[in-house]
Amino acid sequence: MTFYQAIQNKLEVSLTPSFLIIENESHKHSVPVDSETHFKVVIVSSDFDKKSPVQRHQLVYALLAHELQSGLHALSLNTYTPQEWTSVEKTMDSPNCMGGSWPD
Amino acid sequence: MDIMDTIREQIEENPIILYMKGSPNAPQCGFSARTIEALTACGERFAFVDILTNPEIRSNLPLYGNWPTFPQLWVKGELIGGCDIIAEMHAKGELAPLIKEASQAA
Repeated sequence: MTFYQAIQNKLEVSLTPSFLIIENESHKHSVPVDSETHFKVVIVSSDFDKKSPVQRHQLVYALLAHELQSGLHALSLNTYTPQEWTSVEKTMDSPNCMGGSWPD
Repeated sequence: MDIMDTIREQIEENPIILYMKGSPNAPQCGFSARTIEALTACGERFAFVDILTNPEIRSNLPLYGNWPTFPQLWVKGELIGGCDIIAEMHAKGELAPLIKEASQAA
């Protein structure tokens, strides 16, 4: 199983996220091609309710302890509760067309 | 001295301490560089430890703080977070008040 799949499986099973993006960003670092060392995760889960940022990251780190000990080197984490996500999601959407793409 | 005692002493004696790769002037990792950018923008003095030249701290701090990656920012004995948390706090304007308060209390 790749780290990508392991991260996906573990986070889906344990945190039942309503939204999950996992991106392998290893190509941005000085590691061999096709490495699985640096990942970015955006995750929305109600398990983060009433938890501080540090506690949320610790929760994810604990789930991925095996991967972090066996070559996964960096994990960029964006953790949101479903409620926080409703305001964040709006800022991530691409804006709608306002009519300017039609020729005069 | 036991390495855990050394870490405890560093964290307790320095109100603002950053464990990073490289130094503030020459960070050796993009995440450390981004954290330094946010922290220096707060305009206060802070301590730092280069974990690349302190391998014992590098291998033991993750156990001390239950946090496996670097950088790590500790303020008044408490783990504030790594690059993502610091960058987000900085963007929200929450980092500077925390750092200034810790610096004044010292």
